[in-house]
Amino acid sequence: MWAYEKKLQYPVNIKNPNPKLAQIIISQLGGPDGELAASLRYLNQRYTAPYAQIKGLLTDIGTEELAHLEMVSAILYQLTKGLTPEEIKASGFDTYFVDHTTGIYPVAASGTPFTAAYFQSKGDIITDLTEDLAAEQKARTTYDNIIRLTDDPDVLDPIKFLREREIVHFQRFGEGLRIAQDNLNAKNFYAFNPEFDTNCKAR
Amino acid sequence: MSGNNILRAIQMYDFYLYELDLYLDTHPTDTNALALFQKYNEARRSAYETYTEKYGPITAKDFNGGNCFNWVDDPWPWERSAN
Repeated sequence: MWAYEKKLQYPVNIKNPNPKLAQIIISQLGGPDGELAASLRYLNQRYTAPYAQIKGLLTDIGTEELAHLEMVSAILYQLTKGLTPEEIKASGFDTYFVDHTTGIYPVAASGTPFTAAYFQSKGDIITDLTEDLAAEQKARTTYDNIIRLTDDPDVLDPIKFLREREIVHFQRFGEGLRIAQDNLNAKNFYAFNPEFDTNCKAR
Repeated sequence: MSGNNILRAIQMYDFYLYELDLYLDTHPTDTNALALFQKYNEARRSAYETYTEKYGPITAKDFNGGNCFNWVDDPWPWERSAN
């Protein structure tokens, strides 16, 4: 189970609303490489995952992604607080506003609603960890692009924190993949699937 | 220290601990990391106790009696004033 802690993982305190920027950053909530896809990816993959360390890793990183989801949502909330209809129209935020007012709803920057098709749970640890490594880099690139599109230090501070976490997760998943391979047949990692072929022993 | 400053200290300790947690998932017998985990866990515990006694619950289970359930009190974490 999970227990909620009434605090963000890293502070978000944005002085100046900016609906145009919110419409870009929302991709890290409900977009193809966003935090919702990340948390669901790892938290779904873990059930059939082999090897204790990898179960721990998927649980812990999946949980941290939920905290990132909350941080991105807090950024969006603060960037869209106290807007006038004129500001909404002028910024182009009106296309989101008409459907959601300033409620937080998971969509990509293009407006496409979140879909589970953004991630995979393949039931094969080499495949899943390889997807996870790519997912962390895709999220890192998205944060890099957000950093290119704003110079507001209040936004950059939490965004840089989130970007850095992608790099740490990539490192840990790489170690997870090495642990999986160490447990498999050294001559052929693909000889059997440890999540399915349960009667096959390693090496 | 003000409530927000103590909360900042807890966030800092939690960050150290989360970072060590992920590292220990893939290096479960690293004695240096295990010792650091213990160290920051103790520091966190003392900051956590100070905060929850003086300023309110961080989890609902920190509620320690009284005639009002202060778990629901504003500000919630997404507000600027909580940060």
